[in-house]
This record gives sequence, C-alpha cells and structure tokens, in this order.
Amino acid sequence: MKRIAIPMLILCVSLTAQNPSAKEIIEKVDKNMSAESRVFTSKMVIHNPRNTRTVESKSWSMGETKSYTEYISPPREQGTKMLKLDNLLWIFSPATDRIIQISGHMLRQSVMGSDLSYEDMMEDPHLLNHYTGKLEKEEKIGDRNCWVIILTAITADVAYQTQKLWVDKDRFIPLRKELYAKSGVLLKKMELSDVLQVQGRWYPKKILFKDVLKEGEGTEFQMMDIEFNVKIPDYIFSKASLKK
Amino acid sequence: MIRFLLKGILRDKQRSLLPVIVVTIGVMLTVVLYCWLTGILNDSVELSARFSAGHVKIITAEYEKNINQMPNDLALTGVDTLMLKLKNEFPEIKWGQRIHFGGLIDVAGSNGETRAQGPAIGFGIDLFSGDPSEKERFNLAKSLHRGRMPIQPKEILMSEEFSRKLNINPGDTVTLIGSTMYGSMAMFNYTLCGTVIFGAGPMDQGSVVIDLEDVRKALDMNNAASEIVGYLPDNYYNEEKVDKLVIKFNKLFPKSEDKFAPIILTLRQQNDFGKMIDQIKQIGGFMVLIFVFSMSLVLWNAGLLGGLRRYTEFGTRLALGENYSHIYRTIIYESLLIGIIGSISGTFFGLLISLYMQNHGLDLGSIMKNATIMMPAVFHARINTLSFFIGFIPGLISTVVGTALSGIGIYKRKTAQLFKELEA
Repeated sequence: MKRIAIPMLILCVSLTAQNPSAKEIIEKVDKNMSAESRVFTSKMVIHNPRNTRTVESKSWSMGETKSYTEYISPPREQGTKMLKLDNLLWIFSPATDRIIQISGHMLRQSVMGSDLSYEDMMEDPHLLNHYTGKLEKEEKIGDRNCWVIILTAITADVAYQTQKLWVDKDRFIPLRKELYAKSGVLLKKMELSDVLQVQGRWYPKKILFKDVLKEGEGTEFQMMDIEFNVKIPDYIFSKASLKK
Repeated sequence: MIRFLLKGILRDKQRSLLPVIVVTIGVMLTVVLYCWLTGILNDSVELSARFSAGHVKIITAEYEKNINQMPNDLALTGVDTLMLKLKNEFPEIKWGQRIHFGGLIDVAGSNGETRAQGPAIGFGIDLFSGDPSEKERFNLAKSLHRGRMPIQPKEILMSEEFSRKLNINPGDTVTLIGSTMYGSMAMFNYTLCGTVIFGAGPMDQGSVVIDLEDVRKALDMNNAASEIVGYLPDNYYNEEKVDKLVIKFNKLFPKSEDKFAPIILTLRQQNDFGKMIDQIKQIGGFMVLIFVFSMSLVLWNAGLLGGLRRYTEFGTRLALGENYSHIYRTIIYESLLIGIIGSISGTFFGLLISLYMQNHGLDLGSIMKNATIMMPAVFHARINTLSFFIGFIPGLISTVVGTALSGIGIYKRKTAQLFKELEA
C-alpha cells in the first residue's frame, strides 16, 4: 500500500506544482494585456459579405475607464472621434460638427460595421477585477500548449458573462477567446496571433474577431504600433478634445 | 311575339313605366354600391401599395429574409443599370427607387449637446429629379401641415406629431444618426423645412422624408436602394397583370445562388397583404351580396305587384279566348323585356355616377383626421368588368322570378268570376 501511495502523492504534488491556479494565470495574462495607459495605432480590416474595408485609427487609453480614439482613414471616417469615460461614450462627427452621446445598449453596436462593439474597441478591463476563473483543461493551439480557462463574471458591468480562454502556457497570452452571453449563447470568437514582445511583455499584434451572430468572415484587428504606460495629458480625455 | 310585346311595353306607358323605373333605380343603386365598395377596398390596398409595398417590389433575396429590420447592408446595388433594364423591359410600369431606414433624430441644444432625441423611420424618395410620381404617391403636398416642401438638398420633412414630440419647428437643424450600408455609424445634418400629417397613425408617430440622393450620401449607399417599387399604369392593383409581370421578370432574372440577386415580390406576397386582400374581397363580396339580395326582394315584389295589378286584364284576355299558358308566357317575356330595359338603363346611370366618383372621389379627410389606422382620406369608386353585369342579377332575374310567381295566379283565374267582378 505504502509503495503505491507515496509515488501517487509525489505525482500529485508535482502536477500541482506544474499547473498554476487559474487566478495566477489570469494575473499573468492581465500583466501582459493590460496597462496603466496605452497608446496605439491600429488597422481594422472588415470583411463584410459584400466587400472588405480598412479603417485606421489611433487610440489613447488610461486604465479601465478612459479611452479616446480618432479615426485616420478612410476619408469618410477621417476625423471621427470617440471618447469613453466610464459607461458613457461620445462620438464626434466632423460632417455634422456635433458631439453625440451614446449609452446603454448602443455601446454594444458594431463599430464601423466591424465585428467589434464600442465596448470591445474601447475597453481594457483587468480580467481579475471582473471575473473569477476555473482551469478546465489543457489543449494545443497549433504548436503552442495552452490552458483552457473558464471565466465567470463577478461584476455586472461586463459585456460578456462568460469567457473561455486558451492561454499560452509559456507566454501567458490568450491565443483564443470565446465570449458568451448570460444566456450561454456564444457571441464572439477571437483568434490572437503574431505574439511579439513589446516593452518586456508579450502582446498579440493581430486579433481576428468574429461576431458569430453576424455574416461575413470577421474583422482583423492589427496593432500597427503600441506603447504601454506612457504619460497621456488629461485634456485628451475631455469632450473639448473631440472638436479639436 | 317579342316585337309585339316590345311595342306594347313602349306604347302602354301605364303598364311599363313604373316597373322600368323601379328596375332602373334598383339596378343603378346596385351598380353604384358595387363600384363604391370596390373602390374603397381598392383605395385601402392602394394606400399600402403607395407607401410601402408597391404593386410589385424588387429587393435582394437576402433583404427579403429580414425585410422588417430594413437591412440596408443587403440592399440592391448597381441600381442605375437595373432601373434601365426594368424601364426597357417593362415600359408600361412606373418604377421608383426607395431607401427605407431606421435611425435616431437628434436635436442639439444651445450648447451643442443633445436636447431631444427620438427613433425615426425614414423614407428616402425622389424629391428633386423633376418626376413628381413619388411625391404624389406619398401625397406630400396635400399632407403638408407647417413650413414648405423641400426645394434643395439637406432639407427634410417630418411628421407633425414627431416634430411636436421633439419640440422643433421648420427652420431648425436636426441630426440623423443611422447606420451606413457597411455598418458604420452615419451622422448627417438636415434642416427641417416642413411637417406633414399623413393621416395614418404609424406614419405620423415618427417618420421623416428625405430626398433619395441625400439619403444615399448619408448612408453611403451610392447607386444602391433598399427597393425598387413598381406600379401598374392605372394605379390599380390587378393580380392578373402583376402575375404576368412576375413571370416575365423571373425569365429575365432567373433564380441564382447570388444572395444579392434581385427578386420580385407582388403586393400579395408582402407582409399579410395577401390575407388582407382576400378578406377585403370576402367582406366586400358579402356586402354586395346582401345588397343584391335586398334589391332582388324589392324587384321581386315589384314583379309580383305588377302581376297582381293586371289581374283584371288577364281575366278579360281569358274571356276573349286566350289560353292560360299563352298569357303566362307573354307576361314572362314582358317582364324579361322590362328587366333588360331597366337593367341596361340602370347600369348606364349607375356607371355614369360611378365614373364620376372614380375620377373625383369623395374627400372624407376632415372626418378621418384622427384616424389611427392607415386609411385613405379620399374614397373613389372603381369600375371593373363585373360592374357592367352585377345589376342584371337583381334587374333581370328577380323581376322575371317575381312575375313568374305572381303569374301562377293566372291558372286559378275563372272567366265566370270575371263577369261578377266587372258587374261589381
């Protein structure tokens, strides 16, 4: 009996030692994906059933609550600006010279016809602040070993009640995400790729968003350049900056 | 014998004038009522056709699946070429392009921030090309309540109720917030130039009318349209003509795998119009049947009275040696001739009145000012093939049957009794 029990105990201990807890994994994911502030230029390649469009923008964000985006191209969208402070979003359209506030369910509308909602586009939530995780299993994505983690919301102000994450074991970056509604319906899928090291952290340069409730081949979100923890002047996150 | 009887009818006014007048009036009323009801039912269907369904509508196959959501990302593209082809192949049909859209109308306060906002249903129709067809279909000039019609781009018409809700007046600027054909948010400023009262609840609650090209610019729908609506030349929905049109269209545009290929829908195939048309026809048919039946009773009675009135004449003719069946046959023939004369004259006068009503209509707009259902304000009569024959049912059949029944009494007539009656 002793001869069986001791090796079993050793095996269990070694397995536990290999697998960090879900909380530890999420913490490390947050460290890679979130920052006190971010400034990035991005390109959205939107594949609609009828055509493919590219929209470029520059974004500034501070923590979870402040975000500002200015569209650079195409000409029709150029000069459109969005400011998000907490749960309020203002959009400035140069064609009308108006600032319009949108809130509530409108925040879940598509941005520029893409597969991203305004929430997806402008939020940078620390997962650990809003979700509790459960390590479900291990799986391979391509040649990368991943942990599959189920995240369940613990706060009401999140866009997705449940998330399923495939986290790269070595780099602590999600390589795949599935986002679910409260009803359990799958809403969106994300494939994260081109993982690079930026300022000492791993970060995916390319994300393929697919709104499963929408036709089309999804939206490629490409980071052209990104800087973390840079000082952003306060005026950026004010309504006055929308009309500048 | 017929010629002899006809001469009798024409010469003996006492014998024929009253029955002919009664039959004429009865038939005339039947024809007018039939045309009137047909016209009202037609006007109701036409109202829906004018505002939304058309007699036929061309959209993409994919748009049809979600038609209630007005999915302009699935709209028709290359509309100029399509219109050209339609005009060449169906020159008799009046075609019009439209964009239906949903969105928000936002009104800025003095500080530039949102003061009022409300959801709107938008109609992008041709206002400036010089062809007044679409403006007439929407009855815009007559529906204008305040302000004026749009005369230049970036001017908008709004339902009066909606403008009151938003507390705006002609001359104010509003912002349309919608979605482009490609899903981007669209924001566009317009000047409210006038308000309209359509007289139909759903349209009056929150609708805006904008020139088609303006909507195209706002919603990034260059050379695209939600739908192309088609109307038969006399603005009367005729299922036979429409079915022929559909067959020809389907030959020109055979079904394909392309989900953005144009397909055609008849008015009947849209929403529950088919059911509505059938119900309207049934109700209309039932009402006409009741009236025809009532008129038949009146004319039957007239036939009976006519027969009874001539009781003495029959006795005299029997006394002179004419046999029962000959007298019976002659009064049947007589009533047949009276029926024909009355039916022809009644139908003629009925059609004259109906024709006037068809062209001019009866304006009940003031009575229906507060109507909440989509009903036309002017009711027209409508003459169709059946209008020429419907009067013959009571006019001919009832008169003859009435006479035939009263004529049975001839067989009970006794010559001996006649003399007693004459002596008395």
